Amino acid sequence: MASASEPRKPDGQKPAALTIDGLSLEFPTYAGAIKALDDVTIEIGNSEIVGLVGESGCGKSVTTMAATRLLPEGRYRVTSGSIRLFGRDPFAMDETELQDVRGKLVSTIFQEPMNALNPTIRIGKQLVGVIQRHEAVSREEAERTARGILRDMLIAEPERIMRAYPFELSGGMRQRVLIAMAFSCNPGLIIADEPTTALDVTVQAVILRLILDRAKRTGTSVVFISHNIAVVSQLCDRLYVMYAGRIVEAGPTRAVLESPQHPYTQALLRCLPERVEPKAELEAIPGTVPNLLDPPQGCFYRPRCPEANEQCFAKPPSMAPAPDHLVACWRRETIQPSMISEAQQ
Amino acid sequence: MSVTSPLAQSVPAASGWKSRLHFLWYLTRRSPLTLVGVAIIVMVIIMIVAAPLIAPYNPDKLMLSARLQAPSAQHWFGTDEVGRDLFSRIIYGSRASCVAAFMIVLISVGVGVAIGCLSGILGGRIDTAIMRLMDVIMALPALVLAMALAAALGPSLVNSMLAVALVRIPAYVRLARGQTLSLRERVYVKAARTFGASPLYILRWHLLPNAMSPIIVQATLDLGGIVLIAAALSFIGLGAQPPTSEWGALVSTGRNYILDQWWYCTFPGLAILITAMGCNLLGDGIRDMLDPRLGGR
Repeated sequence: MASASEPRKPDGQKPAALTIDGLSLEFPTYAGAIKALDDVTIEIGNSEIVGLVGESGCGKSVTTMAATRLLPEGRYRVTSGSIRLFGRDPFAMDETELQDVRGKLVSTIFQEPMNALNPTIRIGKQLVGVIQRHEAVSREEAERTARGILRDMLIAEPERIMRAYPFELSGGMRQRVLIAMAFSCNPGLIIADEPTTALDVTVQAVILRLILDRAKRTGTSVVFISHNIAVVSQLCDRLYVMYAGRIVEAGPTRAVLESPQHPYTQALLRCLPERVEPKAELEAIPGTVPNLLDPPQGCFYRPRCPEANEQCFAKPPSMAPAPDHLVACWRRETIQPSMISEAQQ
Repeated sequence: MSVTSPLAQSVPAASGWKSRLHFLWYLTRRSPLTLVGVAIIVMVIIMIVAAPLIAPYNPDKLMLSARLQAPSAQHWFGTDEVGRDLFSRIIYGSRASCVAAFMIVLISVGVGVAIGCLSGILGGRIDTAIMRLMDVIMALPALVLAMALAAALGPSLVNSMLAVALVRIPAYVRLARGQTLSLRERVYVKAARTFGASPLYILRWHLLPNAMSPIIVQATLDLGGIVLIAAALSFIGLGAQPPTSEWGALVSTGRNYILDQWWYCTFPGLAILITAMGCNLLGDGIRDMLDPRLGGR
């Protein structure tokens, strides 16, 4: 492995926030097993901001849910690989240990702030509930902590917000409350699962900035899950690009964006509306995401790939070094950056 | 932090009890029938609580000189075959009839919701077993099953209450299970799990409060029907035993005199009718309040 593509190792003693090593996972159904994840390897160091990018259904959320064991028990099978959450194996934990870990070590920020708060309970009570679940503090102290975090989230009158019910708040406001909730017990890792997808563009930047600033200040690692490579690229130190349950490209954000090697990453970047002239046709990737019940032979991207040849039929490619990062493509040497610019014209 | 002001959202000030009362009044005014229902229920409650103050006579006091008298100034609803004042007996009868109905609803809601939530959370074979058992209970005609149970346990008010409660349990099990199944897929329940909430905490704080409104509606609407069933059991002699005054039992005895002493059956029957109607009106009103889609006006 090229040294540049190695995830940054922390000081040595502290285990990485999340290490997923060669994880393969499937959902058994009547029609057969859906291979949701295939040999996924991800490493998230401490205080590292990492992006996980890919189309809907490519396994971004499944990966992180597997890490905290939030997938419905008994409905999935891990066929190979291992997960280490701060050095601990979530599959070796019992339900109580998992509950202690969730919220304390790992928190999640959800995509839908409109539905992620209980409509029948006041905001303050929900926040205090999370804090008291994990910290042995008095009610007053928990309330003080809650007010402090809300104020950090640029909420002007935390007292009033805490007395409010969720329906009294706007989407952006609720997402701030949820971010406060996620950070309330100072977790080591935050999973931000498309935190701004449901929000107005005008508040997206504010929300992302709030998450990033707080994480930087507290040394929390963050995984940004998104289908928008442009949003993620501005926030993250490193990127993982997923396609159909496999990691296809990984590395430092700059390297991935400046010299994308995988045809899929290249296509994703071409599809960004920002890069298109006004009134010009928006680009789309031809074909559809493969059916994971019956995946294509060889490379999963092959049916949509303009560069595919016989080699791509034979065997799925594994991650191999490319300039400054890793890519899983048989054709990586033959695809030149010049071809990207040609395609863009 | 000067940045905060443009970002701050306005939240209405927390409402005190006064504005809550006002809100309640507004909702009630929208449908006067609900108000009628509320008035009836309040009247019945006053009757139950203040029976000794309202009733002009001791309900069990015999006055053989004044048997089967027609309604008059002294005896508003007339007297029965041993000269007891019917008005007083109906007032006191509200205790047995309505408290029984209320207890039945309470028991069936409590047990039904507990079983339903459990069934919904556990799922799998336990869920299937519980739901099939409920199907069996539901397949039997309610009154017949209640009669059989009350007869088997021995005729008494408590036994008939248990029998009716058992018959009503499946309705609440299904309701609570359905609610649990739909609620546990909500994002806030999933979010609660990611914050480390235990299943019990989720049940108490996320499932129950949100499942409550259809259950409350069902319970109030049921109350009217249960007043009828409880009265029916007493009517056929499986409920309250003499000398306890109970509306169904009063109608039952009055049946013997229906041709010549019309008032004997009529007034207890009216009491049952009005109470059941009051419960239904209130239930409808609560349903309209809790379900904005039905509001319409």
